[in-house]
Amino acid sequence: MKLYEHLAKEIFSRNDIPTPKGRLCRNPEEAALAAQEIGPVAIKAQVLAGGRGKAGGIAFASTPKEAEAAAAKLLGSNIRGYPVTKVLVEEKLNIQDELYLGITVDSGARRAIVLASRQGGINIEEVPEEAIVSHLIDPLIGLKRYAALDLGLKLGLKEGLLKEFIDLTLKLYQIFYAYDAELAEINPLAVVDGHLMAADARLNIDDDALFRHPDIEIVDEGSELEKAIKALGLSYVQLEGNIAVMANGAGITMATMDTLQKFGGRAANFLDVGGGAGNEPMAKALELLLDTNPKAVLINIFGGITRCDEVARALIQVKEKRGLKIPLILRLVGTNEEEAYNALKAHGISAFRNMQEAVTAAVTAAQNA
Amino acid sequence: MSLFIDRDTKVLIQGITGNQGAFHTQQMLAYGTKVVAGVTPGRGGREVLGVPVYDTVKLAIEKHDPDATAIFVPAAFAYEAALEALEAGIKLIVIISEHLPLHDTLKLVALAKVKGATIIGPNTFGIIAPSRCKIGIMPNPIYRPGPVGLVARSGTLSYEVAASLSEAGLGQSTVIGIGGDRVVGLTFVEALELFTRDPETEAVVLVGEIGGTAEEEAAAYIKTMPKPVVAYLAGSSAPPGKRMGHAGAIIERGRGTYEAKVKALEEVGAKIAAFPWEVPGLVREVL
Repeated sequence: MKLYEHLAKEIFSRNDIPTPKGRLCRNPEEAALAAQEIGPVAIKAQVLAGGRGKAGGIAFASTPKEAEAAAAKLLGSNIRGYPVTKVLVEEKLNIQDELYLGITVDSGARRAIVLASRQGGINIEEVPEEAIVSHLIDPLIGLKRYAALDLGLKLGLKEGLLKEFIDLTLKLYQIFYAYDAELAEINPLAVVDGHLMAADARLNIDDDALFRHPDIEIVDEGSELEKAIKALGLSYVQLEGNIAVMANGAGITMATMDTLQKFGGRAANFLDVGGGAGNEPMAKALELLLDTNPKAVLINIFGGITRCDEVARALIQVKEKRGLKIPLILRLVGTNEEEAYNALKAHGISAFRNMQEAVTAAVTAAQNA
Repeated sequence: MSLFIDRDTKVLIQGITGNQGAFHTQQMLAYGTKVVAGVTPGRGGREVLGVPVYDTVKLAIEKHDPDATAIFVPAAFAYEAALEALEAGIKLIVIISEHLPLHDTLKLVALAKVKGATIIGPNTFGIIAPSRCKIGIMPNPIYRPGPVGLVARSGTLSYEVAASLSEAGLGQSTVIGIGGDRVVGLTFVEALELFTRDPETEAVVLVGEIGGTAEEEAAAYIKTMPKPVVAYLAGSSAPPGKRMGHAGAIIERGRGTYEAKVKALEEVGAKIAAFPWEVPGLVREVL
């Protein structure tokens, strides 16, 4: 889960990482008041979209009046599809230099990794590899002063800035660890009046560790449909096609989408009903999919732990309740297959045993719909 | 012997009294796995399907000396369950539980190395040596013994592939799920190394997916691997920035794309199946 900049900065600031003076504002009047208090300001849209600056999400103002106007323009606008409801009004920094400092997880090395560079202010992926210094963190040791010192020296930092860099790096790791972060990033790590300051802040928390952090406000940007399906305990992602997809298991759900695309169709969503979903959540999820009015629904079940008769029962339940006006293409093999086919036949529902045939049928049905 | 497990492997089940633990214990027993004991704190002295239950791993070990453990406990407790097994000296730990916090897995992976133990998972379907032993949640009927090693990130997709191999008369030496998380214990590379040394394995099928760099690392190893590899990768149609069910299945900051993985694998001579059902045909070609 990504945290908004203002929340990340609040956490950074609480942990003694210097951040610019700022106020979170919900309307232009608040922005004017903030600017009156702070002086010349930057007004930053609080959205989770990357490349916010380039998309017009940051404005500058030297007077409260200008701040009010800039906030009025930003609030209610859309930045890369994200509506702006809050802006962070922050002191305008007199930046002398921009560095990069981030901690993330290197899944190949299976370690957390510190990355730092003298080239801050741009995405770290765009920085040439030779301009990045890094250190893999042994979780049984943690990040120690000597490792931070080594990084600082490799960056060519000296004296006061070197000392500040070491302190900041250690503090950032403490936050990364204490908050179960996937990413803790300061970009740019600005040099202002000869001191380091977190001009921007990113903190992404591991979704699977949120239960350990009840104090963190959940930022859920999903649609109502996504929230409804997630509430059933299922995994759902909205996509842009017109054939609704439901399968059991992340891999097979992706493979179903991929196959659809290769056969000329497009998935409207990713819906993984999981290994052992009972018929109730499956029926509810199917109804939610039907409510989106797709051209066709493709269900691909390889019954292992998921029993085919359970799947059949879910389908029959939905058909009896609301009828099936949208073409529903079912591929069903595995545990209790015969039982399932008999039950489906009695209710006038046909199914495929072959995945390729089912996908072809779904593409055809969507084209004819 | 197949990788890690065989007919005589004695298996402990942590979380045996839970719904999942009990159900899959029954399935494992039906497959012929020697499930010797279970652990659930507070439930010591009971039996599940004739398997004795203990309060701690230590107590179970004193009586039964298991070779491996399967962890079915909820994610919030899985870290401590794995620590308990590691500290007790169990050398093969299969973590079925999903949604383990990433930082917990990082620590477990590092500790396992210190202890000389292997962790399979988390978020794995487990490991099976067809007709001999299974530790996991995979369906019993789809596997046949044979010369094909199979290693996968995803459960059901691997079942699809295993079933199609079996149907085509291509049995499996060992099938391993490395898990769908961003960080896992046993890696593709380690599994491929083991298959290389395994006299029963003549070819390997790798079932990967978008996200991370596991397939690229596998490709670097396959370059010098003497046995042929066939791969199927899921996620060619997945958009960037979206987590596709598995914690690890996400294209982030331009990394982990389908195209990059296919390119890396093709360059080292692995055969890529465009569809899951093409796998058996490609395996036939390389055998």
